[in-house]
Amino acid sequence: MKQKKNLKWIKTLAALLIIALHICPFYIMINISLKEMSDRSSRWIPAFKPYFQNYVNAMNTGNLGNAILNTWIIVFFSVMIVVVVGAMAAYPLSRHITRRNQIILTFIVGVMMVPQLSILVPLYKEMVALKGINHIWGIVLVSATFHLPLSIYMFTNFIKTIPSDLDEAAMIDGCSRFQAFFRIILPCLKSTTVSVIILTGVGIWNDYQFQLYFLQKPALRTITLAITTFFTDSRQDMGAAAAAAFIVVLPPVLLYICLQKYFVQGAMDSAVK
Amino acid sequence: MKQKSRKGISIDILYLPAVILLTVFVVYPLLSGVQISFTNWNGYSSTYKYIGFANYKKIFHDKMFYTALKNTVIYGVGSTTLQTIIGISYALLLQKRFPGQTLARVIIYLPAMIASLIMGYISYFLVQYNHGAINDIMIALGKEPVDWMANGERAVWIIVVINALQFVGKTMIVMIAGLQGIPDSYNEAASIDGAAYLQRLRYITLPLLLPAITTSVVLNLIGGLKLFGIILATTSGGPGYSSHSLSTLINYLYFQNQNAGYSSSVGLFLFLIIMILGTIVRNFLEKKAEGIS
Repeated sequence: MKQKKNLKWIKTLAALLIIALHICPFYIMINISLKEMSDRSSRWIPAFKPYFQNYVNAMNTGNLGNAILNTWIIVFFSVMIVVVVGAMAAYPLSRHITRRNQIILTFIVGVMMVPQLSILVPLYKEMVALKGINHIWGIVLVSATFHLPLSIYMFTNFIKTIPSDLDEAAMIDGCSRFQAFFRIILPCLKSTTVSVIILTGVGIWNDYQFQLYFLQKPALRTITLAITTFFTDSRQDMGAAAAAAFIVVLPPVLLYICLQKYFVQGAMDSAVK
Repeated sequence: MKQKSRKGISIDILYLPAVILLTVFVVYPLLSGVQISFTNWNGYSSTYKYIGFANYKKIFHDKMFYTALKNTVIYGVGSTTLQTIIGISYALLLQKRFPGQTLARVIIYLPAMIASLIMGYISYFLVQYNHGAINDIMIALGKEPVDWMANGERAVWIIVVINALQFVGKTMIVMIAGLQGIPDSYNEAASIDGAAYLQRLRYITLPLLLPAITTSVVLNLIGGLKLFGIILATTSGGPGYSSHSLSTLINYLYFQNQNAGYSSSVGLFLFLIIMILGTIVRNFLEKKAEGIS
């Protein structure tokens, strides 16, 4: 019994060390964000006199407010498309299994392997032709498309676990296939929908590659693009840069801490069949 | 079947929007990328010439490409190995309840919420030469500060560590889910028979964890081979071109070098590598897992 208790203490100690290791970069970031530029003390020493001007500077020079708004708009519309189009596509692909539909599902899942950068050049050319550069709709459609396969994969896996008696019963009662989907299956998809919203929402919030190429007007800058300006144009003002990083990291982190259970569920849904 | 078609349109049309989007924004660009890779297009002018296989021939004589290819493999295989080993260790430690368990799980998974570009910038505060947090420790210990990212080979490995630590939480969660699927009775029976912890780990836990290991290895490998944000934030491919991955090279060739044709052919190469390596590794691990069950 005593040995077991000791083991618990060792485990707690190990966990604390691991926590310290993983929290280090964030601790340093927060310290820097609270220190004046003239403060040359070690980054490990906490800022005893917090200098909040860095945060004001970050918001003003980086126009972060505007960037956060842009990012929210893009995330909102892309996630809507990913959820609606994804859930719709998943229904025939999991219920009406024909040879053709199996090939289509394999194709959709295969698209997950296409790296964004592999098609950067041709996609940019296409977007210029479609006049989608520097328009919110352009980046929304592209971001949504790249997150669709994961959403379809997760929805089909889930619908397969719903007994098909359910839709058959509805159809005997006079529903059409479409009504069976919209009235019976769709309401069952709540938990998967939460996972899809979280995964694609965080993914698009953090996206950078497409935004860099398709949103070149400063007024359309998203958070990742805004952050870049702090680290390239003015590598001098580390305080403001760290403050800006803290501001844009905060929303997903807070959301994660509040909705932990769903985030973990989402990570499992996306990986385990 | 006949009844359905009499009733009206097949439900297959429900996947039409998805297929259209994927065709327009993924398949069509992929195919037109093949076409661009045979040209000398510079990325903005309206005219270009077809130059046959010149871009592909160039790939095999390009030192920059070889460095980027080698680094891409290191980023992919290195991060995957680290993530798998650390992820399994974390999962074994944090599987059962004890004080601090929940907090540790939350903190380990937290960096996965952050854009890898921003994670790169945050890590830059640690590895920076002037006043970097790691050099502060070096100075406090009475050692010379090191310019960590000045050596390309070392920079590559530092980036591997940053990437692995950022996403190790995802691996951990998949492994914990896998561990929960192993009945306690297996381990209990073995320990009654006198098997030590490491023996049980080697002959019971790890083999039964193989399906979870397979999914997470494949996901991490693809993620590592695509690595882009952290490199851009910490070294932007430098010093020289020594820490480029294929992804950052594509970006560099297109936007700094105006070499869209060549950039396209490197892009197709990256896609092929990910597809081939991903498939090989998945098949290998799945076969192993089947052999056990």
